[in-house]
Amino acid sequence: MMRPLIRTRRRIGAASAPVIARSRTGGAARVSTWTRTALAGALVAAVALLVGGSAMAQGAKPIKIGFGMALTGGLAGNGKAALLAMQIWRDDVNKKGGLLGRPVEFVYYDDQTNPATVPGIYTKLLDVDKVDLVVSGYGTNLIAPAMPLVMERKLLFMGLFGLANNEKYKYPRYFQIAPGGPDPAGAFSEGFFELAAKQSPRPKTAALVGADAEFPQTALVGARHHAKRLGFQVVYDKTYPPTTVDYTPIVRAIKATNPDVVFVASYPPDSTGMVLAASEVGLEPKMFGGGMVGLHFTALLTKLGAKLNGIVDYGFWVPEPTMKFPGIEAFLQKYQPEAVKAGVDPLGFYLPPWAYAMMQVLGQAVEGTKGLDQQKLAEYIHAQEFDTVVGKVKFGADGEWAKSRTVTMQFQNIKGSDADQFRQAGKQVVVYPDELKSGKLIYPYSAARK
Amino acid sequence: MLSLDLFLNAIVAGLLIGGFYAAVSLGISVTFGLLDVANIAHPVFVILGAYTAFTLNSAYGTDPLVAGLVFAPVFFLVGVAVYQFYYASFERKGESPLRGLVFFFGLLFIVEVALSLKFGVDYRLIEAPYIGESVHIGPVGIAFRLLVPCVVGLLMTFALYLFLGKTFYGRAIMGVAQDSLALRLVGADPIRIKTLAFGLGIATASVAGALLIMISPVEPSIGRAYIGRVFAITVLGGLGSIGGTLTAAMILGVAESLTSTFSGPSWAQAVSFGLLLLVLAIRPAGLFGR
Repeated sequence: MMRPLIRTRRRIGAASAPVIARSRTGGAARVSTWTRTALAGALVAAVALLVGGSAMAQGAKPIKIGFGMALTGGLAGNGKAALLAMQIWRDDVNKKGGLLGRPVEFVYYDDQTNPATVPGIYTKLLDVDKVDLVVSGYGTNLIAPAMPLVMERKLLFMGLFGLANNEKYKYPRYFQIAPGGPDPAGAFSEGFFELAAKQSPRPKTAALVGADAEFPQTALVGARHHAKRLGFQVVYDKTYPPTTVDYTPIVRAIKATNPDVVFVASYPPDSTGMVLAASEVGLEPKMFGGGMVGLHFTALLTKLGAKLNGIVDYGFWVPEPTMKFPGIEAFLQKYQPEAVKAGVDPLGFYLPPWAYAMMQVLGQAVEGTKGLDQQKLAEYIHAQEFDTVVGKVKFGADGEWAKSRTVTMQFQNIKGSDADQFRQAGKQVVVYPDELKSGKLIYPYSAARK
Repeated sequence: MLSLDLFLNAIVAGLLIGGFYAAVSLGISVTFGLLDVANIAHPVFVILGAYTAFTLNSAYGTDPLVAGLVFAPVFFLVGVAVYQFYYASFERKGESPLRGLVFFFGLLFIVEVALSLKFGVDYRLIEAPYIGESVHIGPVGIAFRLLVPCVVGLLMTFALYLFLGKTFYGRAIMGVAQDSLALRLVGADPIRIKTLAFGLGIATASVAGALLIMISPVEPSIGRAYIGRVFAITVLGGLGSIGGTLTAAMILGVAESLTSTFSGPSWAQAVSFGLLLLVLAIRPAGLFGR
């Protein structure tokens, strides 16, 4: 039987009489007026000390960076890996004395890969946790809901792998670390279609397919644009719900239109589903791939193994000789043992270097402006070129990279499911653009499958 | 673009996935259809089954189906424990089944988080020699990855049907669903029978989970996508009818497949649920409901 929570009875006009409070446990406590006064006085003194004390201990006060991150849900494999990379950055910075002489602290919450949680998380970070700086979670879908809030509060916002999140707003304090360039939606598909157009005999028809979600839809817009520009006839253009279980009917319908090239924009579960279904149905266009997220994850690289051969996918960083930027090897050597311990992607090629680079940019901006003023930081980041583990980073007016560095790569010569084969070059070969090319495209797709 | 080839393949693909949906929905058919327990946590037990199959497959290379069967008795015991708790907290006090829904929601999240903590959040797949292979019968191609779950789903349905129709405990379960007071009068303890039935429902999740991980990669939160489907199938088939569940699963599978192939995958689930609404409007008890 539960008593009512708290019931206090106070007799009017009897200020010096004891106040009886009934607690939930049923006991009664007498709190005398003297005790109350003493308690109040202690509270005031404590507040005074804290306020005065904090003014004195300003040098040791930590800089708090707040964010939501996908620690559960569909994108959590990547989200947790990104968090680990960010924590490595924080520890590196703190070992050298922190930023502006102050230690760096993270305040973060799990956004569960659910966009609905994001506004609440960032409101809490700003109003309750009172963080100094905010960065984004991982992925287009999770960055979008935070944009209105950070714009309203006029905050600097570093974005981690968001596709065209700032295209409509053109907010000047947003910066996105993936190398999409001024046309990020197009960057996913540019290499794919440019390469296809160069082949002889020239492929004529294209099938476009993707999930009903923000990233795939945006990527497909870019794909349609490139297909049209280069004169491809689009024979199939449909989307599917992300909760689809069986991709066989979709792949069969695509096969029935007999396309020369097939472009898929998908997230990890559907990337896997499409690859397996294509293998079973015997879909063998002249070129197959597109913007398929997830194929770079160690878990899928090893399990799908040779079924990936020939797929032409986008890439941001792969362990090819043309992409050995200063600092990247050192970062991976720090990251990989920690990743095994934390149970996240043990190779860490896809997202972690970029999460680290994003924090490098932020840290260098704080040191460069010698403060935390959001406007000054934004101006600094627009003006500077940064040295990071993923190479030199320069942002354009809309916060994307001034020049795209999204590469198109092809899975080649994968044998079996051994994870170590992916540490060397030659399995995720860069085939576009020419400046970063590390091998030749195997065309048609069926030739790479032998 | 209506070719016979495509049409046949779409029907077959729909039937195959329907068999799998039936396997996942059987547990709900027993616990919700027969016992009136709104076990919304059933899909997460399916995911748990997928993870146990994954564990054995990674460690010993065990075929996932074998793993699913090996763990079924363990899941049975878990189901018994869950039901005992549910009974003591809700049913004994005469609460309506909807109150218990909150308990099962909580259970869903607890198990999901426990899986995230234990296994991490990366997608998991299994390796088996028949995954990726397919067989061709004339114009129709059948992937083993989908054939095995369908066949197992059909076998499970048949086995459950026989159990409920022919054995003493099976008929007692049907009896408790109809009239538990009458059952008491003939000397069976309805609580014990219901505990048994609930355990059986959860045991099917072990096998269904093994089938799930054969078809697609799993991570802890994907169970939520199945909640709507499994309840829709059970209700469409008619509460209390195992054969109805199978039929409904096949119908839904074929509807999804035909829509995906000819109209557009975006509409697949809308068509499935539209069918459900249509049937319920004409026949509120479902296709084969009591």
